[in-house]
Amino acid sequence: MVNVGKDQATVFEPSAPYAIEVNDVNVSYGTSRAVLDVSLKIPEHTIVALIGPSGCGKSTLLRSMNRMNDFVSSAKVTGEILFRGSNIYADDADPVLLRRQIGMVFQKPNPFPTSIRKNITWGPGINGFQGDYNKLVESSLRRAALWDEVAGKLGESGLALSGGQQQRLCIARAIAMDPDVILMDEPCSALDPGSTLKIENLLLELKERFTIVIVTHNMQQARRVSDYTAFMYQGELVEFGPTDGVFETPKQELTRDYVSGRFG
Amino acid sequence: MGIIAVLLSETIEFFRTVSIREFFGSATWAPMFEPRQFGIWPLVGGTFLITAGAGLIGIPGGLGVGLFLNEFAAPGVRAFIKPLLEILAGIPTVVYGYFALTVVTPTLQRVLPDTEVFNAASAAIVVGIMVLPMVASLCDDALRAVPRSVKEAGYALGATKCEVSLQVTVPAALSGIIASFILAISRAFGETMAVTLAAGSTPRLTLNPLQSIQTLTSYIVQVSTGDTPQGSIEYKSIFAVGMLLLVVTLLFNMLAYSLVKRFRSVYE
Repeated sequence: MVNVGKDQATVFEPSAPYAIEVNDVNVSYGTSRAVLDVSLKIPEHTIVALIGPSGCGKSTLLRSMNRMNDFVSSAKVTGEILFRGSNIYADDADPVLLRRQIGMVFQKPNPFPTSIRKNITWGPGINGFQGDYNKLVESSLRRAALWDEVAGKLGESGLALSGGQQQRLCIARAIAMDPDVILMDEPCSALDPGSTLKIENLLLELKERFTIVIVTHNMQQARRVSDYTAFMYQGELVEFGPTDGVFETPKQELTRDYVSGRFG
Repeated sequence: MGIIAVLLSETIEFFRTVSIREFFGSATWAPMFEPRQFGIWPLVGGTFLITAGAGLIGIPGGLGVGLFLNEFAAPGVRAFIKPLLEILAGIPTVVYGYFALTVVTPTLQRVLPDTEVFNAASAAIVVGIMVLPMVASLCDDALRAVPRSVKEAGYALGATKCEVSLQVTVPAALSGIIASFILAISRAFGETMAVTLAAGSTPRLTLNPLQSIQTLTSYIVQVSTGDTPQGSIEYKSIFAVGMLLLVVTLLFNMLAYSLVKRFRSVYE
């Protein structure tokens, strides 16, 4: 399989305003390069799906958008990622502040080993939230479509919930921070189809308020929920554009092969 | 089981001569002088003085070192400190006692001239140092067992490193951390050699750590190594004291077990 190279990639430019702009980003772990020269613009209030085979760099790219790569000591990021117009990798950028505005939902549900309520209130609490915590808990859980299932047991441990409920709790926890962007790293890969459907429906509601970037292995999922799709292969961005176009009339041969299930 | 049987039968022998009321009711322990008195409280008080002092040093110190190793130390520093802790934990306790007598006590005397040659403070300090590596190592293990994904959840909410380690990692590892504290306390409680050497053998009910005291264990040492005739009442008394040690240690372990069970999260 040939590499595409940046000049041959098909990168669509959606219309402004953008939540996140990725410009010539490279990420390497030691000597291995995980993301190569990727540029793309993520418009506000849309869902953007990152797809591609395992190891193509999509999760790495996602984690560079809220600087979670900082915790991997060998990771090195070059290029720039603009959030609200300023480079999050600038010397004076504060990753802690950034993560209050760019939330994240992980592959495996990872609630804190504490009550459902505390799971929601902890983040706003450490960031000096002054409002009504009861309202915050209720509105966050409602928006995550979990309220009706847990309303009577907010004091119980988040770990006592089912996998799908735990993941919605994690989404509620991210929402409670009222971020601009929510990054999701294969949020449904550990869930059953019923829970997956619930979360997909939830995403469609959430994009009214937030910009969502979702990494997924599941092409049907990308197709169902996203407005734009980016296909990555071996660290490079091969094709980026409106989801229907990427799936129905891909411009790149690699994309066509991947979305038609010939590899990956 | 044999040990418990011997302990029990000798303890019963002892309480044939000395009433339980005197044992728990009197505040004077004078088994070797006339009139003999067998009030256990001075020994219990001395033991708790040492245990509390050692806990005050070893527990926060150990937790601090464990947290540092886990969250803040560079891998190189960690690779150096971790084996060092294990070496520290392997030093014979008699060496710690000697260290207390020759280094800690003279230093204390320079700062606080009232300090007696044998004193509780010096013993408590070395026992604290003695349990610190164990606490540090166990806390480190417990903290490391907290999944990375939970810490990442904290960071992703805009928490600082400090907030994550104190408010996410420590609570998630709480059962292991508490278990290490209780182990430290029960080890300090039963510590013998260092305490005998450093704290002396003056049964005295006091809260002043600069005075000489005697603990339950060092009393047993004193009688066992002295020329106490077998079958005498002093001889029998060490079994009663030993029985008390056994019961208290057992209680500690039960407490540890129930606390660990209560705080256990699903990660472990």
